[in-house]
Amino acid sequence: MRLLHQRQLINKVALTLSMAAMAFGLFWLVWILVTTLQFGVAGLSLDLFTKMTPPPNSADGGLANAIAGSLLLVGLATALGAPIGVLAGVYLAEYGRDTWLGRCTRFINSILLSAPSIVIGLFVYAIYVEHMGNFSAFSGVIALALIVVPVVLATTENMLRLVPDSLREAAFALGAPKRIVIMKVALKASMAGVITGILLAVARIAGETAPLLFTALSNQFWSLDLNKPIANLPMTIFKFAMSPFKDWQELAWAGVFLITLGVLGLNITARILFRARHKL
Amino acid sequence: MNAPRDSVVLAPAISHKLGDWLFFNLTRAFAAFTLVVLAGIIISLLISSWPALQKFGFSFLWTREWNPPVEQFGALIPIYGTITTSLIALIIAVPVSFGIALFLTELSPVWLRRPLGIAIELLAAVPSIVYGMWGLMVFVPIFAQYVQPALSATVGRLPLIGRLFAGAPLGIGILAAGIILAIMIIPFIASVMRDVFEVTPAMLKESAYGLGSTTWEVVWNIVLPYTRVGVIGGIMLGLGRALGETMAVTFVIGNSSSLSSISLYTPGNSITSTLANEFGEATPGIYTASLIELGLILFLITFVVLVFSRLLLLRLAKQEGTKT
Repeated sequence: MRLLHQRQLINKVALTLSMAAMAFGLFWLVWILVTTLQFGVAGLSLDLFTKMTPPPNSADGGLANAIAGSLLLVGLATALGAPIGVLAGVYLAEYGRDTWLGRCTRFINSILLSAPSIVIGLFVYAIYVEHMGNFSAFSGVIALALIVVPVVLATTENMLRLVPDSLREAAFALGAPKRIVIMKVALKASMAGVITGILLAVARIAGETAPLLFTALSNQFWSLDLNKPIANLPMTIFKFAMSPFKDWQELAWAGVFLITLGVLGLNITARILFRARHKL
Repeated sequence: MNAPRDSVVLAPAISHKLGDWLFFNLTRAFAAFTLVVLAGIIISLLISSWPALQKFGFSFLWTREWNPPVEQFGALIPIYGTITTSLIALIIAVPVSFGIALFLTELSPVWLRRPLGIAIELLAAVPSIVYGMWGLMVFVPIFAQYVQPALSATVGRLPLIGRLFAGAPLGIGILAAGIILAIMIIPFIASVMRDVFEVTPAMLKESAYGLGSTTWEVVWNIVLPYTRVGVIGGIMLGLGRALGETMAVTFVIGNSSSLSSISLYTPGNSITSTLANEFGEATPGIYTASLIELGLILFLITFVVLVFSRLLLLRLAKQEGTKT
């Protein structure tokens, strides 16, 4: 009987600790969200979207150029990286399931998926910025696109693998050539999943700061020129949060709020989209 | 007579063949692109850091001094910072993630599993700059005022370990960076652990329950041994994240390239925070090359850790494949 009690006691202690761990995890999520909301909403105003980033110690300013810059960077990087990711994913799922190239790419891609993003920034600095002689928005686009590719590649491959082969065989039997089968049958059937992957990639790069340090840098003024440094939210937050000026810190909180809202919104949208597709 | 009819029939066939060939090679080229990127990263970083590699050789790894004005660079302090903060993060994150995975797979009511799982995954999606700013503005002041004095008064009094918790409670420093990193990697490790725990065949677990095992005994003696490889893979994945994390660390580590004591309260520097802080001001030449060499070291360390992690996770998947 003593042994039984002892075992039950150990069990109870362990399970209580497990619940405590769960609470611990949620505690941080809630705390971070609450402070972001609290400070972020306080900093929200129309000025945020209409005025440029201010010089030090000036109360008058917004994040308009940073928001526009971020949208431009993220938009172009997705436009550049997503097609590469989708097509490479098509290769892995449709042609290269068991080829040498397929296996290698799949493995290396899983590594690049979690490779430090700051190294991607250094890489683009070394191959592009150093040779061009100046920081530029376009180099930032390349760096972010390199982060988009692995995410989109992995989800596209997984989603295409969920499409049953009988569907492809049916299309082949009707005489469709392979590329038509892939584009109009397999990819179409997994469209929701592929879009989910792209949305997750957008969410991933929207908050990326490290790769922009050596590429897009930042800009205090309005600029959409791809050959010049460009203002963007993450770099502005980094600069403003580390500064001693209160107005700048408030703007940084507003920026953090916008980014968190966008990233979590994208994540939730992607999930809903994916779930709607898979209930069918 | 036959010629026109043949060409009508053959033309689409040929263009289909050509189109298929083009499409196949296009996708193949993009798949190969991934390999090119990996090779490109290593080669370009090697080339750009060549001046530093040549000047300092291997002693770069254990030289303490980091002194831009006299162009003397050594990576010991950033490497120490990166490894220490990541280890602190793992020590905190591994047990917590295990608890979360246990809760999500065995304890939680079924209707609660999905929302809780999503909440943990959302924690993983929060950008690192948010953790960094939150850490600096919200966490560090509370940490310095309440947690650090409490730690000094308790753990700090122990022999040996106590020295790690000595010194002025500044808030920012290696310990704070480690804790913020832990919060960041908990969701990564927890969701991998949950996924691998779910791989355990229900039959095995039910047999153990049938013999009268408690939930804890089933997890500890059945689920964990069965999924050991995957669990280690998940931990390594978290470690890879922690080593390469930039913004969260840069905000709270304190950015000091001299390290006066082994206390975890002292401000330090990690590879990533050194890069983030100094790259903009670095003069071209040996300074920039040394910074890029730091990046190369970081990439090689994380590469090894991530390869190890993936191989372990693949092994679990394979083992799973042969058993079912």
